[in-house]
Amino acid sequence: MSQPAITINGIHKHFGTLHALKGIDLTIEPGEFFALLGPNGAGKSTLINILAGLIAPDSGSVSVMGCDVGSQYQQARQLLGVVPQELVFDPFFNVREMLRFQAGYFGRGSENDAWVDEILEGLGLADKANTNMRRLSGGMKRRALIAQALAHKPPVIVLDEPTAGVDVELRQMLWEFIKKLNRDGHTIILTTHYLEEAETLCSRVGMMKHGQIVALDSTANLLNKFSGKHLRLTLGNVLLPANVEALVRHAEDGVYTFALDDMAQIEFVLSGLRSANIKVLDMQLNEADLEDVFLSLVGNSAQTNSAKGAK
Amino acid sequence: MNNLQFSNQPVSAFRGPWTLLKKELLRFWRVAFQTVAAPVITALLYLLIFSHVLESHVQVYDGVPYTAFLIPGLIMMSVLQNAFANSSSSLIQSKVMGNIVFILLTPLTHMQFFLAFLIAAIIRGLVVGLCIYLVAMWFVDLHAANPWLIIAFALLGSALLGTFGIIAGIWADRFDQMAAFQNFIIMPLTFLSGVFYSIHSLPPFWQKLSQLNPFFYMIDGFRYGFFGKGDVSPMFSLFVVGSAFLVLALITLKMLKSGYKLRS
Repeated sequence: MSQPAITINGIHKHFGTLHALKGIDLTIEPGEFFALLGPNGAGKSTLINILAGLIAPDSGSVSVMGCDVGSQYQQARQLLGVVPQELVFDPFFNVREMLRFQAGYFGRGSENDAWVDEILEGLGLADKANTNMRRLSGGMKRRALIAQALAHKPPVIVLDEPTAGVDVELRQMLWEFIKKLNRDGHTIILTTHYLEEAETLCSRVGMMKHGQIVALDSTANLLNKFSGKHLRLTLGNVLLPANVEALVRHAEDGVYTFALDDMAQIEFVLSGLRSANIKVLDMQLNEADLEDVFLSLVGNSAQTNSAKGAK
Repeated sequence: MNNLQFSNQPVSAFRGPWTLLKKELLRFWRVAFQTVAAPVITALLYLLIFSHVLESHVQVYDGVPYTAFLIPGLIMMSVLQNAFANSSSSLIQSKVMGNIVFILLTPLTHMQFFLAFLIAAIIRGLVVGLCIYLVAMWFVDLHAANPWLIIAFALLGSALLGTFGIIAGIWADRFDQMAAFQNFIIMPLTFLSGVFYSIHSLPPFWQKLSQLNPFFYMIDGFRYGFFGKGDVSPMFSLFVVGSAFLVLALITLKMLKSGYKLRS
């Protein structure tokens, strides 16, 4: 029986008085395309840094394909490729040199060149292979960063916000390449702020809030659990009647999203607004998506704050 | 896992540290004008000015012209400064730019990390020293009384400063902290080590103080290799420099193993 790609048991981490991770347990199977979601400060990057060996946990254990990231760090790191969130690069070398160096650190030499060429081709970097990292555009640097994480052909790939600040075309191209890697058997772990990406790409989702995993299920199951309609009304800065406000899931810049269990509640909301003399400027009715799941699980405080701020 | 064949592929244990060493060597060689040519020119300017001003006024050892006395000191000073600069600047740049993460994510051990940065620092120090020696040969015909001592002090001295550079690179978080390290520690210790004079020409208090400076032993021992004479016994100097290297190497390895300032 094959080992889980990632096993995380009871991870705690403190930064001074901040309890950043509060006993995380998580298992990711080989070949999964897994999304780790959560608002800023939820602990996603801390968890990924522990997995990568960049931060030591206070307690608990993490292993990659059965290799402990502390006691068997050499084996664990061979199995793991991590794309850091920050756009970092070495200005002394060109793209191909950097990829060869990166593969070399993992003990791979010229026999790995075919794979390096495959990565360059797959990420649209082939014509930039001999260009110095300094001369690449932001999007190209992002591709090179992903290429570096893949240079030693790791079976488990962690992408920490890989599409942050990336244009739509490049994002599509990156995802096609990552999907191909997943089809080829690589396990993919992704953190992203683009929830539609997680919904489209990932078979399973973990949602974090305040250092804890608050939801962990297949994407389909999460969407089923939170099925229903969402009514988005543009109302401007208004004071909602209390019975209508109870249905608000999210409010921002005068746009209110109401979570409805059935269609009859539409009339309830509209009549409540009419009686309060509030005009509807625009109206949309949507099915629940991962963003709604996300907001209902981790965004309550943000939603309340923004709703209050809109009044 | 259909197309993947990764887990059982044998990988070379030596290729990782060798790659890091190669990268560190290429890093300074790509900017050789700044990392090799500039220190050589600086050392030659010192040589021209000091030898011109002091040649007829100062004689440190009997039968040794001042210019000849000066050259080994200048060579060693440049070896030490450049060994320090190589490891310290590489690390601080990688930390500030964030690309150190590419090394931290790899299976390289703390010993392999240390050796790669150390050997690169030694090589840069020796390349600069050799260039100065070759150019200085135009001015003075310098004979080596004891070549093994020259090699031993050049290797140990550059290793000591290369290690010190690793410590500084790990410790410093900003370029100004590194500059302070260089300006307030390395530079005074180098200039007060007897590069330009023999400590016997100093008042007793300053002689005693100079003997607490490890740089003095590196310069004096290296010079002993050329002239067969020095301010202290070369074996004692070798012991001091070797011991200092061992102590700093152990501190550096401990820092790297614990992940001090590199892995939080």
